Amino acid sequence: MSYASSLYFTGTEIGLSLAGLVLLLVVAWTGAKSARVITILAVSALVGAIAFTASLPTGSPADGFNSAFGGLLRMDSFAVFAKILIYLATIACLIITPRFFEERDGYRGEYPVLMLFGAIGMGMMVSATNLMTLYIGLELSSLSSYVFASFLRSDWRSNEAGLKYFILGALASGIILYGMSLVYGFAGTTDYSGIRAAFSTHFPIGALFGVVFVLAGLAFKIAAVPFHMWTPDVYEGAPTPVTAFFASAPKVAAIGMLVRMALVPFGGEVEAWRQIVIFASIASIVVGALGAIGQQNLKRLLAYSSINNVGFLLVGLAAATPAGASAILIYLVIYVAMTLGSFSALLMLRDKEGQPLETFADISGLSTTRPGLAWCLLFVMFSLAGIPPLFGFWAKFVVFQAAVQAGLVPLAAIGIAASVIGAFYYLRFIKVMFFDESKREPEQTSPMGHWVVLVVSVIVISPLGYFATPWLGSVASQAAAALFAVA
Amino acid sequence: MGFPILSIMLLVPLVAAIACLFLEAKSARVVALLATLIDFVLGVVLWANFDIGGAQWQFVEHAPLFAGFNYALGIDGIALMLIMLSVFLMPICILASWNSITRRVGEYMAAFLLMEVLMLGVFMAQDLFLFYIFFEGGLIPMYLIIGVWGGDNRIYASYKFFLYTLLGSVLMLIAMLWMANAAGTSDIPTLMQYNFPVEAQRWLWLAFFASFAVKMPMWPVHTWLPDAHVQAPTAGSVILAGVLLKLAGYGFIRFSLPMFPQASAQFMWLIFALSMIAVVYTSLVALVQHDMKKLIAYSSVAHMAIVTAALFAFNVQGLEGGMIMMLSHGLVSGALFLCVGVIYDRLHTREIDRYGGLAINMPKYALFFLLFTMASIGLPGTSGFVAEFVSLAGVYHASSFATLVLTTGIILGAAYMLYLYRRVAFGDQKNADAAAMPDLDLREWSMFAALAAAVLWMGIYPESFIAPMRSDIQALDARLAQAAPKGDAQLKVGPPNAHAANYIAHGSESTGEAH
Repeated sequence: MSYASSLYFTGTEIGLSLAGLVLLLVVAWTGAKSARVITILAVSALVGAIAFTASLPTGSPADGFNSAFGGLLRMDSFAVFAKILIYLATIACLIITPRFFEERDGYRGEYPVLMLFGAIGMGMMVSATNLMTLYIGLELSSLSSYVFASFLRSDWRSNEAGLKYFILGALASGIILYGMSLVYGFAGTTDYSGIRAAFSTHFPIGALFGVVFVLAGLAFKIAAVPFHMWTPDVYEGAPTPVTAFFASAPKVAAIGMLVRMALVPFGGEVEAWRQIVIFASIASIVVGALGAIGQQNLKRLLAYSSINNVGFLLVGLAAATPAGASAILIYLVIYVAMTLGSFSALLMLRDKEGQPLETFADISGLSTTRPGLAWCLLFVMFSLAGIPPLFGFWAKFVVFQAAVQAGLVPLAAIGIAASVIGAFYYLRFIKVMFFDESKREPEQTSPMGHWVVLVVSVIVISPLGYFATPWLGSVASQAAAALFAVA
Repeated sequence: MGFPILSIMLLVPLVAAIACLFLEAKSARVVALLATLIDFVLGVVLWANFDIGGAQWQFVEHAPLFAGFNYALGIDGIALMLIMLSVFLMPICILASWNSITRRVGEYMAAFLLMEVLMLGVFMAQDLFLFYIFFEGGLIPMYLIIGVWGGDNRIYASYKFFLYTLLGSVLMLIAMLWMANAAGTSDIPTLMQYNFPVEAQRWLWLAFFASFAVKMPMWPVHTWLPDAHVQAPTAGSVILAGVLLKLAGYGFIRFSLPMFPQASAQFMWLIFALSMIAVVYTSLVALVQHDMKKLIAYSSVAHMAIVTAALFAFNVQGLEGGMIMMLSHGLVSGALFLCVGVIYDRLHTREIDRYGGLAINMPKYALFFLLFTMASIGLPGTSGFVAEFVSLAGVYHASSFATLVLTTGIILGAAYMLYLYRRVAFGDQKNADAAAMPDLDLREWSMFAALAAAVLWMGIYPESFIAPMRSDIQALDARLAQAAPKGDAQLKVGPPNAHAANYIAHGSESTGEAH
């Protein structure tokens, strides 16, 4: 294991760190006026990171080939898949952010720089193969998230969201750390394959506690029930572009981290955590669906929708098979497209004075006042509800297929039946936009960047997406196989 | 197979639907009519080229476009007839909306054309999941049609329609996933010959039943139908009654029966019981309706109950009768909803009491209405008679009690239809505004004429429609023979009579005494 190869496989993180530090210096010297330029530079750094990540050799899953620094990080095809998705989501968030803050005099160069550091942390989360690197990546990304949530310094809702997020996030981190210490104590190592090897001979009850604590902490991070209660408040309070970010990139990172954690170090004791995952999955689907029904605020509703989606993702994890892991990755791609589509549409919904339209009453009759936007949202909502022929159906299809193949028919049946409850509130979007009379006059034009993100998302989730299934399926199953090849 | 006619039939309305979204009202109407007429012509070509008695699956297309499921199309005679029904009704639907829809015409036509794509796709799909995508996708345009262009209570109706049918369908998806996993393929023709373990069949059958029973709709999950019908615009009702309800019947005949024959036999009692309740109950409910559309909606439930009973009679007559019933009901109920639509457009009410004596001022209309009323009752010479007779003959082999109850439904059917007709078309012209309504114009006349011709053709020479399906139904019957339960009418063949029944013995004193 030479340093050259270690540096090569962590090239993405190193490159992004250098870019972040340089941009930070530029910001320090030029001040707020260069924020837009910094954003463009940050986006190009991320584009470069995607290009470099995609070029990394991932073909051979041979042991140790693509791991760096003595097994601290592993750049296998799973990590590559997740990272590219994270960077793409981050780029999309950077594109839709500036206008929102500029109008509130709050856009500064720190934002894109923090995004870059957040991206590094998220990249580490999905490629970490050691509890220590995992924790560093987690904290790096969380730290920037706390700042984002309270980025509108003058807005008390934003401050409250930041504080809530910070306190509950710190609590979750503490729980994870405690779980990790127990795992370390019983396994004698923080290395993933070492933990797996140690537990394969002997799995004491204390280690089970460790696993449960780690999973509970991770459930906080992915906002799975019963650790979801921060989500609606933070999503509602945080500035909308930040909410879009929270719902996309960090979600991918946290799910990726959870999947690797569950399947690699704890992959030998599937039965130990499967019940927990099944419970969290069904509870998330049901609570996410029921909680959304009474909501009037669209951001809050989308928060519950993300809880609901996490439930479906966990169905794939409960399968604990390569098909399940690949289904999660496919789901994540589609979920990110749907989330970014819905939030960029939300950012485009403003009245004539530029005030955001955030409740159902505000968007009634949108199909007559802004038909293009309304039709895009219709696609997104039917897709979120999982109604074919939209591509959101495919996401549900693959996770339930994995669950059925793993013999979890009751879980699949309950999960899919509960998805009908979810369909109810997605339909409400359509009903309000298409069936009701218009009450408020929305702003007629929207910036190009928002349209680009929205249209790209809508194309992904349109029935055209099915043509990508052979490619997406093979890439995702290759990525999933990497997790099982290690074992 | 050189010319991909099935794909073209899907593509034409799809392209037209996208075009309609961007067109203004006038051209959208023309584009929609042209697209549906092209599809109808393609349908006729399809029928003309269908090789009766040839291969079971014809016009097969197969393309490995997707992962996890195949783009596989192909039709047999059963699918062909239902495709014909759809492409025949679609231009009529577009014509029916010609003047009555004035708001957001482009979007309306786009929704209808998309609906056509998805309906045709359901009948053409040869892959389990492709079928599901088309089957479920149909909810989206119908939800919009009811919700945007429907009546006063449209929002409630659209939700009820959507959530009811969705809840029914999702369990079917899990069953499909299980089947594809167990059989290792999602190819429908292969699965139709695959023998699932009987224990599993029961669960699978119930999962499919949940979906099809709601869609059909069977009592007691039929309650979404009257609401949806009443609130939908006329053309929406036509397509709902004409084709969408048939998706469930097609589902029974394509999935439940051939794939789970043993389970179907075990649950025959359930189907019969629900069908019997439905026929009598909904017919009685129909008798007391004040709303014309609601009345016809309830009559639809009753007629579809005869379809379900006939399909599960496990014999050729039942299957043929069920199919003819579906085709006939598609035409007749569609026509009846049009009859309501025509006078609704003039007076904007569906209250039966607001009409009366229409035979005086609308003689052409009254004539067509009478024909379709009689077809609904099942008068010989109309399609309804063939349908009811063959279906009940089939059910009689299985259960004479069920036949008895189902026949009661037919008598009640005559009662509510004739009562409706009397109140609308005969009697005094008690409402001045109803008496002043003009008779049919050319557009309406041509829609009714087309439907009337089809109804009479099916009534007088049903062989045209049965012939393409015959070999498929026989194949299905052969597949079902392994599980077919014994009927309760165990006919014993006695010794043949020495003489014909009208034989008169000559030159014998003893027979002479009988006079």
